[in-house]
Amino acid sequence: MAKIISNREIAPDTYLMAVQGKYSGKMGQFYMLRSWRFYPLLSRPISIHDINDDSISFLYRVAGEGTVLLSQLKTGDELHLEGPFGNGFPELKGKVAIVGGGIGAAPLYYAAKALGSSSEVENLDIYLGFREEPLRLEAFEALANKVRVQLGGNVTELVNPNSYDYIITCGPEAMMEALYKKSVGSSAKVYVSIERHMACGIGACLVCTCETKSGNKKVCKDGPVFLGEEVYHG
Amino acid sequence: MANLKVQFGSITMKNPLVMASGTFGFGKEYGQLYDIERLGGIATKGLTLEKRSGNTGMRIWETPSGILNSVGLENPGVEAFIKEELPYLNNLNVVKLVNIGGKTLQDYVDAIAMVSKEKADMIELNISCPNVKEGGMAFGITADSTRRIVRAARNATQLPLVVKLSPNAEDIVKAAVVCQEEGADGITLINTVKAMAIDIDKRKSIFDNMYAGLSGPAIKPIALRMVHEVCKNVSIPVMGVGGITTWKDVVEFIMVGATCVQIGTANFIKSTIPLDILEGLEAYMVQEGINSLEEIRGII
Ligand SMILES: Cc1cc2nc3c(=O)[nH]c(=O)nc-3n(C[C@H](O)[C@H](O)[C@H](O)COP(=O)(O)OP(=O)(O)OC[C@H]3O[C@@H](n4cnc5c(N)ncnc54)[C@H](O)[C@@H]3O)c2cc1C
Ligand SMILES: Cc1cc2nc3c(=O)[nH]c(=O)nc-3n(C[C@H](O)[C@H](O)[C@H](O)COP(=O)(O)O)c2cc1C
Ligand code: FES
Repeated sequence: MAKIISNREIAPDTYLMAVQGKYSGKMGQFYMLRSWRFYPLLSRPISIHDINDDSISFLYRVAGEGTVLLSQLKTGDELHLEGPFGNGFPELKGKVAIVGGGIGAAPLYYAAKALGSSSEVENLDIYLGFREEPLRLEAFEALANKVRVQLGGNVTELVNPNSYDYIITCGPEAMMEALYKKSVGSSAKVYVSIERHMACGIGACLVCTCETKSGNKKVCKDGPVFLGEEVYHG
Repeated sequence: MANLKVQFGSITMKNPLVMASGTFGFGKEYGQLYDIERLGGIATKGLTLEKRSGNTGMRIWETPSGILNSVGLENPGVEAFIKEELPYLNNLNVVKLVNIGGKTLQDYVDAIAMVSKEKADMIELNISCPNVKEGGMAFGITADSTRRIVRAARNATQLPLVVKLSPNAEDIVKAAVVCQEEGADGITLINTVKAMAIDIDKRKSIFDNMYAGLSGPAIKPIALRMVHEVCKNVSIPVMGVGGITTWKDVVEFIMVGATCVQIGTANFIKSTIPLDILEGLEAYMVQEGINSLEEIRGII
């Protein structure tokens, strides 16, 4: 059991929660969270938003029963978490763009932190799309020279894939697919972070399958990060 | 000192906790999280003769106190299992149940024969999977088809044979009696309960396969009743399964007659839940002055 340091509503229905303890994890990996005993039955997969020496944080949107319960946690309350799980984003080099849509920005902050401090990355640009209110904008702006935000509309329109070697993205499926399609034939390889409902979170139960060009993959273990060309038809 | 050891037919287990088929993969993943040799046994993911890619669409849906799954027996096939997964399991000091499903009688027989040439402790004959249209559960519905498949399976293997029955069977007691008559060494019950969920926006079933299998605490009272009924009517040992989440649940299943139990959905609550259950069970036995689970087995 871990203790909650803080759990703040930073935008309507969106919470930033910090949890005490030493945690490990790569960008794009996730933890399975629960703050209740047996009911609801399943733990909730939430991406690593940030890790510091003595804390881990999560950025989440209230969607249903489980995230409502998480949102009610107060400083000092207890949380059970298991992880880190999943493959995470790969180490990248050259010119990199990060593209997030809505709560899809959650894992991208930790990714931006890692890529921004990597000597292999020549240039890091961040594109974020939100329906109304941007999330953690100042925090992102501290990590890259160029952070472009699109409110309403389509963030993928801002991105020119030929300016990059790699693009990593997380957000609504339609946004990620559009971005991948736009990148076909360009210089950029696109990595997408996929969502599926999960049970075990570790690759044992086969409920989180994603069909790819090389057969069924487990999103919790082989993913959540896949090459766009593996999961979308170009 | 409480002794958690149980005797399931000819097989001795260090404790009564077996991980239920389909919830524990082939052991590896949980083996990376904790010492799974502390478990009594592991039932593998359901295997079929040929590789299966399983069902399309949504495969899991949370319900009050349970889950619906529609995995549809995705598995690498028996041959790949023997090559790639069995060696890991065979290095573990736990009882191994190889769970076998199938489309046709011949598929079952061939798969069982292949596994029987290897080092495995038991065959768990799955005639109760509600998630594949063409078979599996069909065999577990009527007493006649149960008899046919158990007879064929019995002839195909020397290994201890445990038949996993379906709560969807027409007559669960009759099915169990048939298993005993045909020479099965034990019975596992229950598999998931055929059920469904609706997406009201799409006005469709949540599942491409229409129906799915319900598991978890929601089905525990049904499982308990079925294990009780069956234990009253057969002399072969029974593994009780369905919603077991705490040590108290285990005690309940033992009290209605189960020799050991399987933990399925509860593994998803917390990966190390079997260890919590073991600890609780041991403390209970010490407190109650119970030396062996034999003392409370079938007392109801
Ligand atoms: C790898 C991964 C990382 C994620 N990271 C984040 C994150 O950082 N921040 C964030 O806000 N959300 C994230 N999500 C989505 C988040 O898991 C769901 O919003 C959450 O599980 C909803 O739970 P609920 O009880 O509030 O909703 P309910 O709808 O009541 O949940 C019912 C069931 O469906 C599952 N479920 C519902 N929606 C989703 C979904 N979109 N993805 C997966 N399972 C779902 C729940 O886990 C639960 O089992 C992530 C999902 C995945 C797969
Ligand atoms: C995701 C999932 C996959 C399953 N796969 C199998 C299977 O392949 N073969 C089988 O005999 N039972 C399978 N089952 C059924 C379980 O082994 C068990 O009988 C059932 O879930 C009831 O127990 P529980 O409530 O403890 O989960 C599966 C159950 C779940 C939840
Ligand atoms: S959630 Fe169990 S295999 Fe992915």
